[in-house]
Amino acid sequence: MDIKLNILRYNPETDRKGHWEEYLLNADPDERILDLLHKVKWFDDGSLAFRRSCAHGVCGSDAMLVNGENMLACQVLVKEVSNPIKIEPIRGLPVIKDLVVNMDSFFDSYKKVMPYLVNEEEPGERERLQSPEDRDRFEDTTKCILCAACTTSCPVFWTADTYVGPAAIVNAHRFVFDSRDNASKQRLEILKDVNGAFRCRTAFNCTTACPRGIQVTKAIEDVKRETLTIN
Amino acid sequence: MKNTTRTDWGRRQPPVSSSNFELYAWFFMRVSGLFLVLLAAGHMFIMHVFNDTLNLDYEFVAARWDTPYWRTFDWLLLALSILHGTNGLRIVMHDNISNKLYRQIALYGLYFISSAFFVLGTYVLIAFVREV
Repeated sequence: MDIKLNILRYNPETDRKGHWEEYLLNADPDERILDLLHKVKWFDDGSLAFRRSCAHGVCGSDAMLVNGENMLACQVLVKEVSNPIKIEPIRGLPVIKDLVVNMDSFFDSYKKVMPYLVNEEEPGERERLQSPEDRDRFEDTTKCILCAACTTSCPVFWTADTYVGPAAIVNAHRFVFDSRDNASKQRLEILKDVNGAFRCRTAFNCTTACPRGIQVTKAIEDVKRETLTIN
Repeated sequence: MKNTTRTDWGRRQPPVSSSNFELYAWFFMRVSGLFLVLLAAGHMFIMHVFNDTLNLDYEFVAARWDTPYWRTFDWLLLALSILHGTNGLRIVMHDNISNKLYRQIALYGLYFISSAFFVLGTYVLIAFVREV
């Protein structure tokens, strides 16, 4: 089928701001959005810049705004979106070139919530044991691949770049509700700040955007309620 | 030699000592919202359903305020709606005014207007004496 692909291009060396460029392609309905980008880059315009690594929805490199919704280009088929297809970089982060954004502030927020297990007690003879029920408590948030689709779909994050964003809170949730972890209180102390979990206005964009189906807004509400219980 | 534990958590940041204000503000919005639904529904039924607003006069209000019960009811409605509304607007301003100076001006303006209405309303409710 014939596809009209519009990509928001930006070259920092020549452009003052982004501009739309149109590409006419022939593609199979079962091909992915990522395949279209490959066609453009490999056979039409080699200067197109975008990120992709595994190309199978696991690494989270190729989050982009497709027809106004955040998704992974490697996970969505051509037949699943309407034609013409509009592709833009994810919002709220500085664009480096074309679809590549600077994710430093995103990862700074992520690191801020201590996204690692903190437990200085001796683990004992073998590993730290956990019941299946305790494991289920944070099952949903273990699925995060840090693609930034949630954070960059958040209207609060667009206007307030100081907000830690849904992804950081999801990764805090992953350890706050882990029975083996001892630093929940510290994480919640960090998240009760004006730019922490209470900045969330429950717009639910993050939940819609998550390519892993994580109930992001629910996780944020869990964190808010937990903060209430420790104070 | 420096005594280190099994894992060196050197990259861990010191805990942030932030206030509980946002937490309590969030909780207050939920609780006050619940009360406001009841209070506002009560107010609406009394003023617009059981009575006709066109026939409300000085006598009606004065008779209501003869009992401390209705004064408390009206004061709760006043206090909760002003606090709930002010906090909501504070949140909207925080989200939408990115310039720090403009945001501060808007916020202080909001606090001033809200306090003025709150003080005025409270004064009327406490100081009202029926003139015969």
